Amino acid sequence: MDLGGISAYLVSFAIMAGIFAVFCLGLNIQWGYTGLFNIGIAGFFCVGAYVSALITTPKPTGPYAHYVQQAFGLNLPFLFGLLGAALVCGLVAFFIGIPTLRLKEDYLAIATIGIAETFRLVFNNEHWLANGPRGLMGLPQPLQGLVDPRHYNYIYLLVVLAVVLGIYLLIERAIRSPWGRVLRAIREDEISASMCGKNVSHFKMQSLVFGSMVIGMGGALYAHYTKAISPDVFSPLYGTFLIWVMLMAGGSGNNRGAVVGAYLVWGIWIGTKFLTDFLLPYTLKARAPYIRFLLIGILLEIILIYRPQGLVGEEKRVSRWID
Amino acid sequence: MSILCAEGVTAGYTEVDILNEVHLRVEPEEIVSIIGPNGAGKSTLLKAIFGLLKPRKGRILLEEEEITGLSPDRIVRKGLSYVPQVHNVFPSLTVQENLEMGAFIRTDDYSSRMEEIFQLFPLLKERRKQKVGQLSGGQRQMVAMGRALMLDPRVLLLDEPSAGLAPLLVSLIFEKIQEINATGVAVVIVEQNAREALKLSHRGYILAMGRNVMDDEAQALLDNEEIGRLFLGG
Amino acid sequence: MVELFIYGIVLGGIIALGAVGLTLVYGILRFANFAHGDLMSAGAYISLFLMSVLFSGMGIPDSNFAPLSIGWRMVLAFPLSMLAVGGVAIAMDRILYRKLRHKNSPAVMLAMSALGASFIIRMIILILWGADYRFYRPGVLRPALSLPLGVKIRPDQLLILSVVTVLVILLHLFLQKTKMGKAMRATADNMELARVSGIDTERIILWTWGIGGALAAAGGILYGIDVQVHPGMGWNFLLPLFAAAILGTIGNVYGALVGGFVIGVAQQVSTAFLMPTYKPAVAFLIMIGILLIRPQGIFGGK
Repeated sequence: MDLGGISAYLVSFAIMAGIFAVFCLGLNIQWGYTGLFNIGIAGFFCVGAYVSALITTPKPTGPYAHYVQQAFGLNLPFLFGLLGAALVCGLVAFFIGIPTLRLKEDYLAIATIGIAETFRLVFNNEHWLANGPRGLMGLPQPLQGLVDPRHYNYIYLLVVLAVVLGIYLLIERAIRSPWGRVLRAIREDEISASMCGKNVSHFKMQSLVFGSMVIGMGGALYAHYTKAISPDVFSPLYGTFLIWVMLMAGGSGNNRGAVVGAYLVWGIWIGTKFLTDFLLPYTLKARAPYIRFLLIGILLEIILIYRPQGLVGEEKRVSRWID
Repeated sequence: MSILCAEGVTAGYTEVDILNEVHLRVEPEEIVSIIGPNGAGKSTLLKAIFGLLKPRKGRILLEEEEITGLSPDRIVRKGLSYVPQVHNVFPSLTVQENLEMGAFIRTDDYSSRMEEIFQLFPLLKERRKQKVGQLSGGQRQMVAMGRALMLDPRVLLLDEPSAGLAPLLVSLIFEKIQEINATGVAVVIVEQNAREALKLSHRGYILAMGRNVMDDEAQALLDNEEIGRLFLGG
Repeated sequence: MVELFIYGIVLGGIIALGAVGLTLVYGILRFANFAHGDLMSAGAYISLFLMSVLFSGMGIPDSNFAPLSIGWRMVLAFPLSMLAVGGVAIAMDRILYRKLRHKNSPAVMLAMSALGASFIIRMIILILWGADYRFYRPGVLRPALSLPLGVKIRPDQLLILSVVTVLVILLHLFLQKTKMGKAMRATADNMELARVSGIDTERIILWTWGIGGALAAAGGILYGIDVQVHPGMGWNFLLPLFAAAILGTIGNVYGALVGGFVIGVAQQVSTAFLMPTYKPAVAFLIMIGILLIRPQGIFGGK
């Protein structure tokens, strides 16, 4: 194996793990800081990816329109896609939050499953929206012309890392503010927090919206990395479950945990690929993805029973004035 | 030999101790009341005795056998029954089914026992097929006590049996407690209704702030002016 | 439209079986078992295994009792699968949920563990059978009977309705007449008082899982007979199961039955004007509606 090959592989790894780190950071706002059990991450992942795709591609015209149907296409640069994804996801989260945030935790969880499934069904069935099950292809990438296409991924890695860092710093700042402390109080004990006069539902809504915006951005990053998306990408397994395992493994309630968990579990996920490639007999090769997901599932159960606080553990203090 | 004995019991739900070195003694076939202000730890003492709470210090003895820290389902098999203050019935089950649940661990034929309970509470007999959730407060309290009696306990622990009941029903419930005691069951009552409780008891214990304040013959406590002023509502 | 209604009743019976188990568990353990749908899948696939592998090896004839599509193999496989999945559910509790219960983990952790368990079950199914759709009897002609009002119904569907009825009656008798059934109802009412009365609540919990799992398996197998067996079937049932249980007031077994039929009919009738793949979304919308308008369900107090 040549150095260039290994290096390219590592860059791919870092990009994907970084994208998932964005998802984890978003989920952490919702779960780690306000205790919202969101099993519908895939839904916002889906919406973010599609919105960014629709914003950054032109609406198909002429003979091309026979093959690809899109509701609209703005042909704007990547940055608009990214921000557009965040904005739309935030809006969608807001409207979903109005009826659902008052539900009890496990009911909210079921509702989020339903929401994610509904989004996926809509994108799959309504062909006029985004080409139905065939999905969209040829999504543009930022700063495309800058380098030789062989080395483009380094640029994208920088983009992803910039987003991860930016979101991380933003959240860290916000969490240490008085606003963030209220969020934490809500997770620990909702009733006491509301008795202190804080409007709990407002804070929950803010957490839902901001978390969803971040998840949407992750979706956009994913779309422009893989350059093609279709509804079956956003399955409950890949788009929700894996992210939960990452957050629980790294340490929920903890931004560092979110990022660490993403890289760690993505590493384990890739590791299982090597494992199954190496160990599986030819006849079972087709079942490899299922075996890999099975291992991830078992990993989650082990974490929940033996180390629910994850690798990095919970943050104990949240104010920058302490210690 | 006393039938129930709590010695030096210290216990609490969290790190904070609610009970501090509390003692209690019950003789066979006695009625003993535990009275005192709110928050004194009276209900907590019953829970500690019945194993719903594990004491940090001290012992609890049932007829010289140590039962400290045993789980409730083991203790109930030894002849000690407990009626909580709230949530003391199965609302979606009928009166009869509630009693059947009380007798769950019995392996013998308990139909005669059930008839005895219905004789004790004739009001319940006519309602045996009704869901307990539809009964009034007083009737529910009777079901709660009946449930606890199905196992022929030697000692019955009652947590505020008159709570939330109209005065007429309070007298009725206390009458029933006397009838139960007359069959040979020792009864420990935690009560807010201190005077009424003492009137039907042999002895009384006064608890305040998690400690014993005083204990004596019930009549002596009732005659004591200062006790009357401080704890019995003047 | 009448036909859709009838199909809805059939589907509703299947949903009801699953919803009953779900609501039983929730009533006693107070957590949302996200793995319940996949218990239905497990039942369907264990039956498949028994029928295509074990029984063929044992030489049990493969013929069917015309006009039904099932034969001796299914008659044997059905109760055996129910037992097996009851066992799987009990194992799930012992290995996963009980540990979390004893640590006093919040309900959300248990729900998350259940989510993990649902994926584990589904992955095992995918590993062993792959992603294809299967049938218990491929290639059998399924003649439809004609009923009044021009409704066509398959004999299999009548069988499904009969089986659902029988199981429901058995469950009712169990809960109302047997000591264990009454103890289950008592524990659902008030677990601490049950313990205070000397009832071994851990055993009650195991029975609850066993029965819930067995009923889920029955539902899954019946769905397999009616439509097909595929690995995602359990997950697709999750939303309808919860919708039915919530509609009928969570914890209320009879409510779950009613809820199941309502959801089933609603889903089938919706295909008159929506694409069939939207059926889970229909259940979801009904569930959201209930949670907003009357969160305590049809039979809830307050």
